[in-house]
Amino acid sequence: MTAATLLRRPGLARIRTSRAPLSLLCLGFVALVVALAVLAPWIAPYDANTVDLGNALAGPSAEHLLGVDASGRDTLSRLVLGARTSLLGPLGVVVFSTLAGVAIGTAAAWRGGWLDSVLSRGAELVFAFPGMLLAILIVSVHGEGLLAPVIALAIAYLPYVSRLTRSLVLAERERPYVEAYRVQGHSGLQICLRHVVPGVAPVVLAQSTINFGYALIDLAGLSFLGLGVPALTPDWGRMVFDGKTAVQYGYPLSAIVPCAAIVLTVVAFNVVGERWADKVSRRDG
Amino acid sequence: MNFLRFAVRRLAEMAATLLGASFVIFGAMYLAPGNPASFLLAGRSASPEALRAINAQYHLDEPFAVQYVRWLGQVLQGDFGRSITYRTDVSRLLADRLPSTLLLISMALALVLALGLLLGWIGAVRGGAADSTILVTTTFAIGTPSFVAAVLLQGLFAVNLHWFPTGGTGEGPAQMLWHLTLPAVALALYLIGMLARVTRAAMLDVLGQEHVTVARSRGVSDHRVIRRHVFRNALGTVLTTSGLIVSTLLVTTVLVESAFSVGGIGQLLELSTTTKDFPTVQAISLIMVALFMTVNLLVDLLHPLVDPRVALGPRRSAA
Amino acid sequence: MNTLDIQALRLRLPGTARPVLDGVDLTVGARETVALVGESGSGKSLTSRSVLGLLPPGASARGTVRVVGDDVLAMSPGQLRVLRTGTAAMIFQDPRAAVNPMRRVGDFLTESLRLNARMRKEAAEERAVRMLEAVGLTAAALRAYPGQLSGGMLQRVVIAAALMGDPALILADEPTTALDVTTQAEVVALLGELRESFGTGLLFVTHDLGLAAAISDRVYVMYAGRIVETGPADELFARPRHPYTAALLDSTPRLDAPRGRLAAIEGRPPSLREELAGCPFAARCLYATDVCTRQAPALLPLADGPARLASCHHGDLVKENHR
Repeated sequence: MTAATLLRRPGLARIRTSRAPLSLLCLGFVALVVALAVLAPWIAPYDANTVDLGNALAGPSAEHLLGVDASGRDTLSRLVLGARTSLLGPLGVVVFSTLAGVAIGTAAAWRGGWLDSVLSRGAELVFAFPGMLLAILIVSVHGEGLLAPVIALAIAYLPYVSRLTRSLVLAERERPYVEAYRVQGHSGLQICLRHVVPGVAPVVLAQSTINFGYALIDLAGLSFLGLGVPALTPDWGRMVFDGKTAVQYGYPLSAIVPCAAIVLTVVAFNVVGERWADKVSRRDG
Repeated sequence: MNFLRFAVRRLAEMAATLLGASFVIFGAMYLAPGNPASFLLAGRSASPEALRAINAQYHLDEPFAVQYVRWLGQVLQGDFGRSITYRTDVSRLLADRLPSTLLLISMALALVLALGLLLGWIGAVRGGAADSTILVTTTFAIGTPSFVAAVLLQGLFAVNLHWFPTGGTGEGPAQMLWHLTLPAVALALYLIGMLARVTRAAMLDVLGQEHVTVARSRGVSDHRVIRRHVFRNALGTVLTTSGLIVSTLLVTTVLVESAFSVGGIGQLLELSTTTKDFPTVQAISLIMVALFMTVNLLVDLLHPLVDPRVALGPRRSAA
Repeated sequence: MNTLDIQALRLRLPGTARPVLDGVDLTVGARETVALVGESGSGKSLTSRSVLGLLPPGASARGTVRVVGDDVLAMSPGQLRVLRTGTAAMIFQDPRAAVNPMRRVGDFLTESLRLNARMRKEAAEERAVRMLEAVGLTAAALRAYPGQLSGGMLQRVVIAAALMGDPALILADEPTTALDVTTQAEVVALLGELRESFGTGLLFVTHDLGLAAAISDRVYVMYAGRIVETGPADELFARPRHPYTAALLDSTPRLDAPRGRLAAIEGRPPSLREELAGCPFAARCLYATDVCTRQAPALLPLADGPARLASCHHGDLVKENHR
């Protein structure tokens, strides 16, 4: 019996287990949002830019379940169709930063030496720029649109992934099986691709799931500044931007709806990602 | 003097990174489609006066390296060139707007430290229902982008309840505090959740360590054990998040200031980006990066003072 | 009056089917050294911790634990602090874990006196220096951080800390397990000396029978939360009357015994999740009969000598067969 068990509060274990339903709920929500995005054109009752000016800022009704925004567009339709852009952007950020981050992190850890120090200097430089700032800088040069911010954020997120990968690969490289494969004449690249990278993948992917939430926040923020997606594209951040004037006149619905969508989606991705990271780290530990 | 050598090395590293960052910020305009001159003019008429101003700042007729060095030299003297949109010195614009941003960020920082540490403390020490409530609340705080918080707070407390103004900066200290309260809350929300999480986890980690039981076994009261041993030890971990806290405050203020029409450098960055006023964008980016890196440097220098193990690290691993 | 007097201590933890401590009786006289021996999980650490009122959360305790006459289990938090600051002190297993790495040794030593006894800083540090010298360190250690001291030095610091409040009773919970062999011997010798010069009672918790024999006047053997045998150290080790003690002795290498194979004890201690009807050792016992699984044996005095007790239905058989 050690002292640790004496003060460790029983509450913690209970929370872990009692949070299981919450994380299942979140996983369900993630699935729902993804399904909405995929099936959006068939679900949305109206076109995203159909204008019904007579009903502008109308509240919920049978025709418009979530009301109508200041320009007379159906909020539900924009919400459903906006799920596509709102998820596609972060997906691009996460896919690019994960692929490049894993490649760079693995190379740095496996090779070490000058490559490692060059890459970590580079990471240091990118760390100096908060993601949003880099995105704003690039948008200011390139003009608005989805692609430039996605690339900027992917670059900003990259060092987080590569640093994580690097430390994981460094630990993995010390494991006996790697030496065993080497002795059997497998090449470094082969061992990396077939054993080391799959070995570290769960931890990295769990982190990337959490990153998805942050990327969604950052991209929606850019759209909110009017620097993200072009004006007419349905997008949650853009919807908040479009709705913020109406809020000041006392018609908050068209802004609240996308706000809720953003918060719930980010929370769901965070909870799922953290739960996953938790599981993976306990398996290792 | 071990610490001095460490400090000098970190200072040199910071200078190198800052130099790299300034290069990126300067070089960014060459990534623009078309040539830099037309980009910097941003569709405005190329009047001789405008061209002269641009050339005085960027020396576009000279080789790239010379341009960069000249620009850097001017920046180091506090000369960020002239704003194309406002037709005035960028440094003047910044001087006018920096105070409200710094006030806003300080207010948010105070909220973050007070509430983040408090909630983390309560969650770790109380456990049970209080902890679960804090966990759920912070989960949502972390998932709520600042601009969403801004719009919702504005709708509820400014438009609906009329407790606070819907926007603007206000004149005089009292007015400014009143105007900046909602923005500060919106700015702080995410970080309160983040800091509460970090504090809670760090304190739980220390709570599980044996020296805490030992202190109790020696008659130190629970409250003092928590303060002197648990919280104090957790501070080292908490300190490492301050770089993240400051960088988040700096960029997020762009969103919050633009949502509440606060006349700070955040709003200026948004406006100058939409109007393609590149000298201003450059200046603000550089200031934000420099502020962020300075805080990181301070944290690194403070860390050994807060946690003696950091300073003793190499010796212990050698033993 | 005994320095420590535990009577019928019964401790229940949430989520267990039987008490972790089940009617523990144990005394430590003034200036006496008593060893409490058992496997990990037998409840020996819990017993020593309950002496300081350090119960796990949710635990419910019955019985009495008297330190110099006062019942610890009935104490208010304030009284507990007084007890922990002065009357009783504990030395822990791993000094590296026991001292807060972020605070100086001086702070660790003087903390409880300054906070609870309201002693001035200078006076507390003066006493700390005297205690450091008593354990063979110098005043220089006051300014050191734990990370700057070796494990052996740090355990001396922990011992000095235990002496700070001039305790009547020291509880040593496996104080040498985390140390290397030479340091172990030094620490054990130091504890013996200090007990002489400071006149404290010592409860020495260990799983090491050899160590227990070397240091203690009397020994308690604990199994599954019960005291199964007790007696003066030399007698108990020479003539064990409980099969568990006998088996422990057989599984311990000894210099003075003929060489042969060491006998490991088959099986594992009973889980806390199941209730026990009979003797807790029955499932692993060579002597076990029907009565052992039906009825728990009481801890009864033996004819062998004063202060000799054992709880076994077949104690006489053990006596005949052992060696």
